[in-house]
Amino acid sequence: MQKVIKFLTTLIFLFVIVVFYFSLNKDPSYQTNSLVGKKLVELNLESFDGDYSLRTKDFKKNNFTLINFWASWCSPCRVEHPILMSLSKSKKLKLVGINFKDKKNNAKKFLNELGNPYNLIAKDEIGKKSVNFGIYGIPESILVNKEMIVIKKFIGPLNTRDYNEILKIIN
Amino acid sequence: MKIIIFYFIIFLNLSSSYAAKKNIDQNQIYKNLRCLVCQGQSISDSNSDFAQTIKLVVKDLIKQGKSEKQIYTFMADKYGDWIVYKPQLNKQNFILWVLPYVILLGGGLVIFSIIRKKRKKF
Repeated sequence: MQKVIKFLTTLIFLFVIVVFYFSLNKDPSYQTNSLVGKKLVELNLESFDGDYSLRTKDFKKNNFTLINFWASWCSPCRVEHPILMSLSKSKKLKLVGINFKDKKNNAKKFLNELGNPYNLIAKDEIGKKSVNFGIYGIPESILVNKEMIVIKKFIGPLNTRDYNEILKIIN
Repeated sequence: MKIIIFYFIIFLNLSSSYAAKKNIDQNQIYKNLRCLVCQGQSISDSNSDFAQTIKLVVKDLIKQGKSEKQIYTFMADKYGDWIVYKPQLNKQNFILWVLPYVILLGGGLVIFSIIRKKRKKF
């Protein structure tokens, strides 16, 4: 009996050590890996000018679509804008911009000043619809295929490394 | 008369428990959802932009008639299990859910056998 108790105590002790070892070495920040491979549904987004609703069929025309969440008040969006302009030159990728909690005039000024990289622009004035995309701050970008399955999610402004990664995926 | 009172009490209990099920406590849901842009705060504790948006979405889901469990599933589907303070049972966390019960059962068995052995000695 003594042996069993000793064995169980050692086992529990080792288990705790292993759990602590892996938990303390794990990145505590929010990870989006679990969203990769999931299908986006319930789009229900109004276009920027309010003349049509963005539907799933709009995404089926191209093999890949990058959905970018942006706003004129967001300074990191300004930083990533040249990357989006470069990506817009690729014929294999469609860019959909979702204007997030923004004023229409300010958004227009932003695009007039920096250029419009988007094939389609939608708006989410209150921010509730972006919850369907798992957005928690902007800029964020989601690369989806024509079946609306998430291939990669980019949190924060896109950089040269992301640019190269996107080109590698779509080519 | 006693039977009528008995049925009346049962009816009251059933209706109150049904009402409790129907009225979802939205504050309880806010407390069980993690604010992803804050440090160690729930949606309930935070006034951040993200928390405010999630509160609006939760209110909408309640209006649509979704249950508490359905709301947590919706949020976990969009943001991953990290957003829920009490994650639901799945393949990844199966051991974490089951292990305490296994340890409790094992410990109980060890204590039981020790006591039985001691009793036999006397």
